[in-house]
Amino acid sequence: MADNIPVRVNGKPVEVPQGSTVAVALFIAGAASRTSVHGEPRSALCGMGVCFECRVTIDGVQQRLGCQTLCRSGMEISAAAVTETGSA
Amino acid sequence: MVVGAGPAGIAAAVSAARSGARSALVDDNPSPGGQIWRNAEHASETSSSAAAWFERLRSTSVQHLFGARVFGADSGVVSAESADGVLQIAYRDLILATGARERFLPFPGWTLANVLGAGGLQALAKSGLPVLNKRIVIAGTGPLLLAVAAYLQDHGAHVVAICEQTSRTALARFAWHAFHAPGKIAEAWNLSRSIRSVPLYTNTWPVAALGDHGRLRVLRISHQGKIREIECDYVGCGFHLVPNVELPRSLGCELENGFVHVDDFQQTSAPHIYCAGEPTVIGGLELSLLEGEIAGYAAAGRRDTALPLFGQRARYRRFARAMAQAFSLRPVLKSLAQPDTWICRCEDVSLERLHEHDSWRAAKLHTRCGMGPCQGRICGAALEFLQGWDTGAPRAPIFPVRCASVAALASAHDLTASKGSAQ
Repeated sequence: MADNIPVRVNGKPVEVPQGSTVAVALFIAGAASRTSVHGEPRSALCGMGVCFECRVTIDGVQQRLGCQTLCRSGMEISAAAVTETGSA
Repeated sequence: MVVGAGPAGIAAAVSAARSGARSALVDDNPSPGGQIWRNAEHASETSSSAAAWFERLRSTSVQHLFGARVFGADSGVVSAESADGVLQIAYRDLILATGARERFLPFPGWTLANVLGAGGLQALAKSGLPVLNKRIVIAGTGPLLLAVAAYLQDHGAHVVAICEQTSRTALARFAWHAFHAPGKIAEAWNLSRSIRSVPLYTNTWPVAALGDHGRLRVLRISHQGKIREIECDYVGCGFHLVPNVELPRSLGCELENGFVHVDDFQQTSAPHIYCAGEPTVIGGLELSLLEGEIAGYAAAGRRDTALPLFGQRARYRRFARAMAQAFSLRPVLKSLAQPDTWICRCEDVSLERLHEHDSWRAAKLHTRCGMGPCQGRICGAALEFLQGWDTGAPRAPIFPVRCASVAALASAHDLTASKGSAQ
């Protein structure tokens, strides 16, 4: 895990250690993974694929779990957009 | 077919393969190891026991299916979803080694960013999360807290405190059992060295996590009767473990006291289905390995090879019982959640809304609690403690999946039904 690889979180470039998961990339970027029903930012809780708080869109595919997906160079990670109606 | 590539699953798959059975091992993580051996296959700090098991896995003929999440099984076919498709694997015997997950007890502020499970925080640290010089409070209950604190300290974090809800006496009694369980002395010794400078508070539990702009700033705790606040960057909080019994239940396996009931050869009440590791009892690494081996040998028709392991298994089951007693949850933890605390994170259902109902089913139907993506895994475990509710046996798909995957499940059922085979 010595080298860093570049990914993009919500359009912004971020460097993460090789072998990191997408959930980690979100933390490094300081980005929430989703917005709750009432509009609160949420991020990973369980780290093991059961809570589904870390679900994000990866390379255009929605609802992928960040904690179980390894980062790849150039990966596009986007958290669901905040909307007035809240749900993400 | 072994579901789950943690220690129990690895031991089961290897043992079955060595007994001449065609074995496959499926897991939703990108690489084997489960939680305790996460990313351990190629790490320098891996224990010799883990390294040996990974080597055995590499050197046997086990078929590896990683990055695939099992969401159902029907008529001798397991269905698993991967990033780009569905895997359907026919099996004669199924060994379920689905492990355990942390129990989360809601408290005000538990949904803030940087409040994670204890195991959750460790999982992210093992997956690249920078923890160097970060101030971290570990809270909740269970031996996992100590292991996580030790790991984080060893990786340069500043673990400010470990807040264990059990009493000092109970913890000391557990330590006695740990030192007397075979093989655990070295582990216990290394652990205590890593956390020798970390304050370990007993009779202590989280009261609230406070923050600014959605980011954690402080954890408020009840420390032996007094309220204190600790500034920190991360909170790792979990209240021991609950078994992942969803897949076994959906396949008709009977439970006993909330765990999958198994006979001496790890066979469940459902034909051709075995279960090994944490879903049968929260017992830790050594017991998981033993149960995995016994299940693997038994499923491959080599019960004779399994017999010599019974004695050790019995010893570790005694250790498991000691662990359950030591870390039982004190009733005051039921009052951590306030009326406006979210219990169901997926659907934002607060405690006061849940109090309007007197059963899990009623609450689910009226509030959507448990209808979100986690399918009640997080809120259900909490409500089992808070209200005594049982979430009932789930139906496939036991994880959210794409429509195409559900279609595959249905067509597999039709396929085997039309063949009319009784395998």
